[in-house]
Amino acid sequence: MIEGISIYEILTLTSILFFIGIYGFITRKNLISILISVELILNASVVNFVVINKYLYPDILQGVFVSIFIIAIAAAETALAVSIIINLYRQISSVEVKDTEIMKY
Amino acid sequence: MNIGSFLLMRQEILLLAIILLLIICEIFISQNKKSSIIHLAIFLFGIHTIVGFFAIEESEIFGGMFRTNGLIHFFKNVLNIGVLIILLQSADWLQEKIVHENRGTEFFVLLFSSLLGMYFMISSGDFLMFYLGLELSMLPVAALAAYETTQRKSSEAGIKLILSSALASGVSLFGISMLYATTGSIYFNDIIEVITATNLSILGLILFFAGLGFKISLVPFHFWTADVYEGAPISIASYLSVISKGAAIFILMILLFTVLKPLMHIWENIIYVIAVATMFIGNLFALRQQNMKRFLAFSSIAQAGFILLGLIIGNQLGAATVVYFVLVYVFSNLAAFGVVQAISLRTGKEKMSDYEGLYRTNPNLSLVMMLALFSLAGIPPVAGFFGKFFLFTAAASEGYYILVFIAVVNVTISLYYYLLVVRAMFLRQSDTAIPFFKNNLYMRLGLIIAVLGILILGIYSPVYDYIYELSKNIL
Repeated sequence: MIEGISIYEILTLTSILFFIGIYGFITRKNLISILISVELILNASVVNFVVINKYLYPDILQGVFVSIFIIAIAAAETALAVSIIINLYRQISSVEVKDTEIMKY
Repeated sequence: MNIGSFLLMRQEILLLAIILLLIICEIFISQNKKSSIIHLAIFLFGIHTIVGFFAIEESEIFGGMFRTNGLIHFFKNVLNIGVLIILLQSADWLQEKIVHENRGTEFFVLLFSSLLGMYFMISSGDFLMFYLGLELSMLPVAALAAYETTQRKSSEAGIKLILSSALASGVSLFGISMLYATTGSIYFNDIIEVITATNLSILGLILFFAGLGFKISLVPFHFWTADVYEGAPISIASYLSVISKGAAIFILMILLFTVLKPLMHIWENIIYVIAVATMFIGNLFALRQQNMKRFLAFSSIAQAGFILLGLIIGNQLGAATVVYFVLVYVFSNLAAFGVVQAISLRTGKEKMSDYEGLYRTNPNLSLVMMLALFSLAGIPPVAGFFGKFFLFTAAASEGYYILVFIAVVNVTISLYYYLLVVRAMFLRQSDTAIPFFKNNLYMRLGLIIAVLGILILGIYSPVYDYIYELSKNIL
């Protein structure tokens, strides 16, 4: 609980973070940037869980537990995505989205 | 809680034991005998499938995080049979392409880990277990899609799958956090009692539904499907289209019918619109495909649209028809993918025009393919007809006549493109037809099981009655 800041400010922040992530996922041209956008979305959910837990239901620590698991799984996801990107880079020497278009329609 | 209650999750424990055993065997089997790991893995998984049929009582452990009942146990067996067929069909490919690179064991370990994730996902009793199962089921599949590391297409399929599924689970999580904000709990049993239709919970429902829609490849979220199916190894494409999609549909059904039932007046409208869009776009895009893998990808999108007809009514009849349709769909789609895989492995040909004159050179394969396509299209003697018939009956019983009419129109469209393949195989002649080849024992066994499933489910009605009995437990 932070003095002087209500839950509305924090939920507004996480919503903005979430939609920045969605926007980035759609518009970025680089695979690594897309990955960073996905991380923004996941982090928005993490903050959401912690804040809802702390402000609305402080008796049971369910939200905090969920957030710890999300952080761990986000790391696994990133590791896998980066390893696939590295493998792709070895073949086409590029991490741009426009070079991954040999399968279309 | 005593040690005996762990037996409730004996399928999970057994599968985990198989995974560990395979890793240990990888160390001890010598370099020139690596292909024996294929036989070992198929043998162990066959035993696991048979053991899975023993009955399990209905209960829950870990404070309600993990639960099981008759329908969940039955669905795990369906997944087992599907994975067994996929293993049998992919043995040949593993033998030729993967084993000499010394990566045979990883294939099985990753595939079984993904199946383990699906077990936990469909038995989950709270959103944390659900999320962990969802991720455990999706991450190994992304690694497997990029498994042919020398192929550029395979890497592209992998990166598209991992990024889309990461986005999907992120969106889903944001939705879950909103459901948590309105109800104050992540346990399904607590949520059922307090959830009401407020603005926040409706937004949570929509985001959550969007996340699962990615996995089932419903229409606004279907863009990854065709690309991933084309680029990934065929056994992984069939795994994605059958097992992964089936498990996601099942857990979506459980959640909508039990936890989110108070919001039914919201989600039935969402499903109505998405069902119409999914059927039309899946079918119309399938019309113009020339590559067989992309063709089957769009056909599986359209099939997901038909399944939504059973989801929309939200009662016991809907649950039974959905599970029955998924069971039929497992056999039909795996038969079709098996034939495509056999031909692709022996000749490298995947285009529809390459299939011309196949009946003259490979009559058995063409007959299997014909049965599979008839079952997918819904032509009476085979099982697919009854799957679709029950779904349409279920939707009509609640008065969705217009939706049923749209679905019937779509069945007609789908008949056209399924019969295009049959025409190419049986009626066309070609000088460059695929020459005769013999499949190995495993591939033949996999195709025979799939064909038997298609035929037996079509004429043996007690299966449907059994599923109907089981599905009254979930409500």
